[in-house]
Parts: sequence; C-alpha cells; structure tokens
Amino acid sequence: MSLVDVQNVTKKFGHTTALDNVSITFDNGGFFGLLGPSGSGKTTLLRTIAGFYYPESGSILIGDRNVEKIPVEKRDIGMMFQSYALFPNMSVADNVGFGLRVRKVPAVEEKRRINEALELVQLQALADRRPSQLSGGQRQRVALARAIVTNPKVLLLDEPLSALDKSLRVDMQIELKRIQREVGITTIFVTHDQEEALTLSDRIGILKAGRIIQAGTPREVYDRPVDAFAAGFLGEANWLPQQLLDGLTLPGEKQSHRFAVRPEMLTMSDAAVDGRNSVRGKLVQRVFAGALATCLIEVKGEQWKLIARDRDLPDFAGEGDVWLNWAPEDTIRVPA
Amino acid sequence: MKTSLLAHAGRVWLALILFFLYAPILVMAAMSLNASPFYQLPFKFTTEWYEEMAGNEQIIAAAIRSVLIACVTTVIATALGTCASVALFRYDFKGKRLLQVLLFPPIAIPWLITGTAMLIFFFFIGIGRGTPAVIVGHVALALPYVIVTVTARLSSFDIALEEAARSLGADSWTVLRRVTLPWISPGIVAGGLFAFAVSFDQFVVSYFLSEPGDSTLPVMIYTAIRKGFTPEINAISTIIITLSMGIMFLATRKAKFGGEH
Repeated sequence: MSLVDVQNVTKKFGHTTALDNVSITFDNGGFFGLLGPSGSGKTTLLRTIAGFYYPESGSILIGDRNVEKIPVEKRDIGMMFQSYALFPNMSVADNVGFGLRVRKVPAVEEKRRINEALELVQLQALADRRPSQLSGGQRQRVALARAIVTNPKVLLLDEPLSALDKSLRVDMQIELKRIQREVGITTIFVTHDQEEALTLSDRIGILKAGRIIQAGTPREVYDRPVDAFAAGFLGEANWLPQQLLDGLTLPGEKQSHRFAVRPEMLTMSDAAVDGRNSVRGKLVQRVFAGALATCLIEVKGEQWKLIARDRDLPDFAGEGDVWLNWAPEDTIRVPA
Repeated sequence: MKTSLLAHAGRVWLALILFFLYAPILVMAAMSLNASPFYQLPFKFTTEWYEEMAGNEQIIAAAIRSVLIACVTTVIATALGTCASVALFRYDFKGKRLLQVLLFPPIAIPWLITGTAMLIFFFFIGIGRGTPAVIVGHVALALPYVIVTVTARLSSFDIALEEAARSLGADSWTVLRRVTLPWISPGIVAGGLFAFAVSFDQFVVSYFLSEPGDSTLPVMIYTAIRKGFTPEINAISTIIITLSMGIMFLATRKAKFGGEH
C-alpha cells in the first residue's frame, strides 16, 4: 500500500526545471531517503510534497487525498527543518504542543500528548527549557517530537542530521530509526550523505538534474546501479579500463557498457588468482586507518581504490606491481 | 606604554563627550531648583518654579497635547511601519527595491524643508493647519524610522520558523501572531520609541503645521523663550528629560537592543 504517490510532477523556477516529470511512490510506514548532489532537485521534491511549492503539472497523493493544490497547513504533514526552526520565544513543551494548539486539542489531551512525544525522544526533563538552552542534539529531538506529535500522515526531514557533529550524528541516526519504527510513520528524508542514506533508509531514491535516476532498497541500488552516476554516487566505483575487458568474465554483453568493481570487493595478491577476475596494477599508496586500510592502485591509468581489513592484506613493501582480484559476479555493469 | 596611553586618551575623550552632553542638562536641572530667576549663585533650593509651572495652564495644555500627538503618531506609525516591513520581507513585487530606496531620503532631508513642503502641500489639498495635519506630518516623518528598525530585526528572522509553523497547521494569521510578531517585537518596541521621540521632539514640522492656539510643547517652549527666559522652562524641560530617559532605560532593558539573551 502506498501512502505518498508522486506522479509526473514537474516544477520550474523561472527557466530552470527543478523537477522533471518525477514519479515516485512511498510505501506506508517506510523510511525513504532521497539522495542526490546539490541542485539535483531532492529538496524541491520534499518541499513540493510538503506543499511549499505547487507543481506546474502532475499529481501528489497523500493517503487517499490529492494534495497538489492544497496549502501546507492543510496537508497534515510533519516536517523537520535543517535549522530545526524551533520557536525561540516558546519553551520546549510549547514548541512541541504548537501543532496541537493550532488544532484546538483539549488542554488535558494536549498535555498528555506533549508528554508522550517528549518521552519518545527522552527529553521530558527539559520540557520547561528554552531552545537556546539546549544542545544541538537536544534541539533536534525537540524538532522531531514537534513534527510527530500531531500524528501526521507523513514525516518529512530536510537534511535532518547535517547540523550535528560526526559522533552525535551516528547516535542520532540510530535514534531516528528507532523512533520511526516505534511510531511507524511514513518518513521521507533528504540527504547528500550517502552513508546516512544507507544507514537510515528502507528505500532510496537517487536524483540527478530533477529526475529520479533509480529507486530501490539500499542493497539493490548499491549492488545493481542503473547507470554510471548511480554507481559513483552511492558508494565508490573502480572503473575497468576498456582495454582490459578481454579475458575477464563479465556479466552480460560488453558492447556499449561500462564495468566497475566496488573497493571492498577487491583482494590484492602478487599473482593472478584462478576463478577470479584479475587485473594488474601498481600500488601507489597504502593508508592505515585502524580496522580498515585503503590502498590506491593505478590500473592502466585509472585510479583504483581497495578497502579491506588491514590484517587481510598481504604485506607488500608499499609500492610495486600487484594483482587485484574479484569474483566475476561482483562486477557492476552499466550502460556506457 | 603605547596601548595604555591610547586607552587613557580614549577615556579622556569619552569623559569629554559625556561632559558636553550632560553638563548643560545638569546645569538646567539645577537651575530649575535654584531660587534666583537670573541663574545667580549661591544656589538656594526652591520648588517655586515647579509650582509656578504647574499653575501655568498654557504649559500643561501644550504638554498634554504633545504627549497625545506623540501617542497617536506612535500607534499609527508603528502599525503601518510594521505591516510595511513584514510585506517587504515576505513578498517580492514590482518596484520593491525602489520603494525601499525611497524610504531613506526622508530621514536625511532637513526638517525645515520637509515642513515647508508639507505646509504647502497640506494647504494645496485642503487639510490646512491644525492637529490632524500635525499628526499626518509626524506619522510621515516617523514611518521610515519604524520600517528601518523593524526590518533590521526581521533580517535576522529565520524564514524556516514560519514554514515550520505552517507545516504544523497554522494559517498565515496564526503564523504572524504566534511566530513572526513575537520575534520582531523588540524591533517594534524600538521603532515605536523612535516614532514617539520623533514626534515628541518635533519642532519644525509642528511649528509650521500647528495653529497658534494649540501648539505642542516644543513650539510653546520656543515661543516662551522668545518672550523671555523663565526658570519654569527649566522645570518643564527637566521633567521631560527625566521621563524620556526613564522610558528609554526601561525600553532598552525590555527590547534587548544587544540581541537575544
């Protein structure tokens, strides 16, 4: 069952087409990540679903209601903003209760629901604080509580974690996922951080120049990207030089296609390995980073990257000729 | 040391500024309590001038008129100016830049010229002289101050706050009342104070536009001084200064001119 259904939506700003005939379906209860470089239209899509922009053409269904001509305040959405946009003149409890007061929820119920929402984000103790007295992570929790307290049909998150520092971001990713599961609310979020998209999403949509390039589960998109852009944007790709293709076992026809391997699929050895695809390269650099090591290898003029557990790598002096091997089925094939 | 010398010079400079700013006021306040009508020393304390002033119906009437005009001006100019600022902030429309640019010259044009122009114009369109003309003139003078002050405050406003309120189901009136206005209220208070000050201090425009019978306090004081200086004027001036400084003091504390917190 789909909850948010975007069909053939086109949105223009002056002469720029921000969304070009976009169609995408968001399933009920799912956690959907919209991923793309800046200017790809991901934020425009989110804000069009929210109702801040009206599309030139196409339809948007939220639940069983066509909303493309309905203003934001009547769409019954919850949205979390990049800056959190907490009302500075209100306490945490009043911020969370804003949507309830606007809906004229009775005072007793309002209090109960504010408490529930604050409990969910573990901030009951801070109900009387002002936003200016909170840390970044706490502000984010308040913004989340405020967005879901009204039981909206869909939760929209605009770069939800980008304002947090790295260690807090990882904690909040886990927290966000837990809360989303607990509430069971259909969630769409925008990010340019591929790791965040992979961690949080049940499904991912990759956008480029106002179009959806590919949509699917993170694994599908990662393992079977539909084109070179998707392959390079979600995860890293080592592109196979054209002159090396002969003699390798490749999935499907070679004609007008390009092939790539993910860095973590590679192994390194001093001789070709039977039953695996092998190419020769020159080890340029090996970077030790604790558990993992990254090697930069030059393969016929292409920069390749290998990522492996440091202890699994053979003890090469640091520079010299090596063989890179991978299982044929791990080869990615995209149209050239 | 060089820095301490500089700091020292700075302190002297500051002291001089404060001296020349406040010494005349203090002298005036002292003289309003001195028995001699010719400012002769030694100082002999008296409240005679305050009593005399309180009995001077002309002064009292002018003071009340001035306060009333300033209040009406403040209300009208603050309301109009705030609406204008919010409109300029929220909407893009043709001629917006031009309108914004046109707001500034009235602050720079000498009041004498504005006053003359207003007098001619008001006679031309039939408003003539009198209290309504004075109020219209004061509102016109005060409006740019309000718009500039409120706009300055709005420029630090995160538009996402309005968007957040709308996403939570608030219509535009609720958004304005619950989110935007609370944020800009320090700017509105400051703008209102400017409007009050512009109107209350206004001499030239009031002088040109008021009718002889119902002049404002500054106009009345000017007329009185021309006839001969009396310590009554010191008394009323001292009261005005004490009141305005009190209001300013309260307002700066409430309005957080230094920003949040």
